Amino acid sequence: MNLQSKLAILADAAKYDASCASSAAPKRTSRSGRGVGSTTGMGICHAYAPDGRCISLLKILLTNFCIFECAYCINRNSSNVRRARFSVDEVVDLTLAFYKRNTIEGLFLSSGIIQSPDYTMEQVVAVARRLRVDHDFRGYIHLKTIPDADPDLLKAAGVYADRLSINVELPTAGTLQRLAPEKSMPRIEASMGSLRERITEAKAERRKSRKAPHFSPSGQSTQMIIGADDTSDAQIIDRASSLYRGYKLKRVYYSAFSPIPDASSALPPQQPPLLREHRLYQSDWLVRFYGFSADEIPPPTGMLDLDIDPKLAWALRHREQFPVDLNRAPREQILRVPGLGTRSVSKILRIRRFRRLRSEDITKLRVPVTRVLPFVILADHTPHRARLEPADLRARLAPPPRQPDLFSGT
Amino acid sequence: MTLHTATLEHADFGHWRAAARRLLAADCPPASVSWQVPGQAADLFGAPVAAESPKGSPRPPHPVPKAFLPLAKAAACIRDDAVWAVLYRVLWRLTHGERELLADSLDNDVLRLRRWASAVRRDVHKMHAFVRFRRSERDGGAQYMAWFEPSHRIVARAAPFFVDRYTNQRWCILTPDRCAHWDGRNLRFTPGMAMADAPQDDMLDELWCTYFASTFNPARLKPGMMRSEMPEKYWKNLPEAKLIGALERNSGARLQTMVAQPGAAPSDNRKRQAQLPQIREALKHTAGD
Repeated sequence: MNLQSKLAILADAAKYDASCASSAAPKRTSRSGRGVGSTTGMGICHAYAPDGRCISLLKILLTNFCIFECAYCINRNSSNVRRARFSVDEVVDLTLAFYKRNTIEGLFLSSGIIQSPDYTMEQVVAVARRLRVDHDFRGYIHLKTIPDADPDLLKAAGVYADRLSINVELPTAGTLQRLAPEKSMPRIEASMGSLRERITEAKAERRKSRKAPHFSPSGQSTQMIIGADDTSDAQIIDRASSLYRGYKLKRVYYSAFSPIPDASSALPPQQPPLLREHRLYQSDWLVRFYGFSADEIPPPTGMLDLDIDPKLAWALRHREQFPVDLNRAPREQILRVPGLGTRSVSKILRIRRFRRLRSEDITKLRVPVTRVLPFVILADHTPHRARLEPADLRARLAPPPRQPDLFSGT
Repeated sequence: MTLHTATLEHADFGHWRAAARRLLAADCPPASVSWQVPGQAADLFGAPVAAESPKGSPRPPHPVPKAFLPLAKAAACIRDDAVWAVLYRVLWRLTHGERELLADSLDNDVLRLRRWASAVRRDVHKMHAFVRFRRSERDGGAQYMAWFEPSHRIVARAAPFFVDRYTNQRWCILTPDRCAHWDGRNLRFTPGMAMADAPQDDMLDELWCTYFASTFNPARLKPGMMRSEMPEKYWKNLPEAKLIGALERNSGARLQTMVAQPGAAPSDNRKRQAQLPQIREALKHTAGD
């Protein structure tokens, strides 16, 4: 099989991992080295596919042969998908060739499980070692770690990689058992726990001495599939927030279960609306940057509203807390105003030290004015209480309903 | 009423600063100054690039807040000659009783400068993202060349990133404004060139296109999102962009096929155990062939 066919198969096999982040790596350049590569701390998306996703890394599997039978996975053992396997050198050469042409920030390498978890992990680590040691490659490396692999292999992976990740795959242990019989939530979580310890330890060591080795300096992340089971949004948000707390994750990625060729009958044939994934990401942001706690975001039904964003939905359920006076209210309260992002909030706080904000300022902030104004008081604007009360406020603020379209994505 | 005409020999920050210092020292209020830039054509094609700002201009009578310099340098790269007057007006206000002006990011002048500066930063970021080097053999070594068309006058601002990243490879980036060259030791700028001077393809383009097509998920079509992050103005210099039309058109049919297929029943464990020797055998033949 030629390199091009392998690339087609092994990129196709890897694309269900949502992460393509290349940010937060320690800053490096190749000025003092003999190789190629740099990281600026900021990720760069070198292209966008028509699915709107950023292409930042060469995201491939080493092989899509797999002895596991995870129902949601295109590479599961019983799938009739075409199989291929890269050699270590092929991945190294491909990464360097793309990198030197400025098409990628680095490599995101994962693999199907072949022979044994240790054997597979060894191969993955060999690629990273060759890039870093033999070629002095200073670009970004993200390695997917295999939960049951030998701790020494995980340790080596963390020395070469900027980020490690282990997917929890599904929101609950029960569904994982049903859909991925060879995987186990306790073992996945134990691995995440030991990664957390090593990451924290390495950070502490590096505070004492700059010579101490890095260990996965941009942390660890995970992914869970949405819509392959009947877990509610409330449970998912709660689960994500306990993962953030428990394992100090940089990110929890959501991946709306996507139809795959040759799918298992254990899965729903239709995909969940991509909008659900988007609303979950918005909730994730509310918890991480807006001071919301996980339990106050979902409505009593447990499912997020698809028509309006979760912050607006929360505000409509808590009208008694509005309007908020943008010239007086503390930051925490302003962060809860629908339509205001963290940057706009910082601008508001800076400007009001010098003068009082008026409604024309809100226009200049380039925020959705019709969504913001009913919830705020300004020097020249007080919303009519009557307009905040009636049930039709939601109708006025929600976008007009659209024709459902199976293929439109949202 | 215009009393003074400030003519910038080149549309760049250094020349503006020299002129602004003279005007400020002569106490010329912004409304009395008309800013002139000689024909863009001369600037675009072949004008020698001034390495340093002209010497000998007087220091400003009042120090300006630190934050002004990076904001002004970024905004000055915008391809809009309205910027020179706004820069001078903000400088004037900062030195005439409004020292805190920059904190008011919604003041009309400050807002314009900030929007220009962020358009420039975005353009620099997109240049870092969308420059595509083509490899060729030249003078007995590999040479990486790219053609790029920035929206603003950012080549000098964007170039150090490529030095940091590709210190050990010889590269040049050709643009209509000016070109950047790195020989492994020095970064040089030369006048702008035409697209025809840049190499058109590389054998790796085909592999890159294969990757682009394969990493796309047809079940998640979001063309609007793609276009907002990768505007069409960049497409003509991105080899993968020629695939976009077909990928978009065919995604519906591909998704329908996937959804319509009857799902295979999960295979039971015994059957899979039986398959293991076959997989191992197959692996022997696929590794590294």
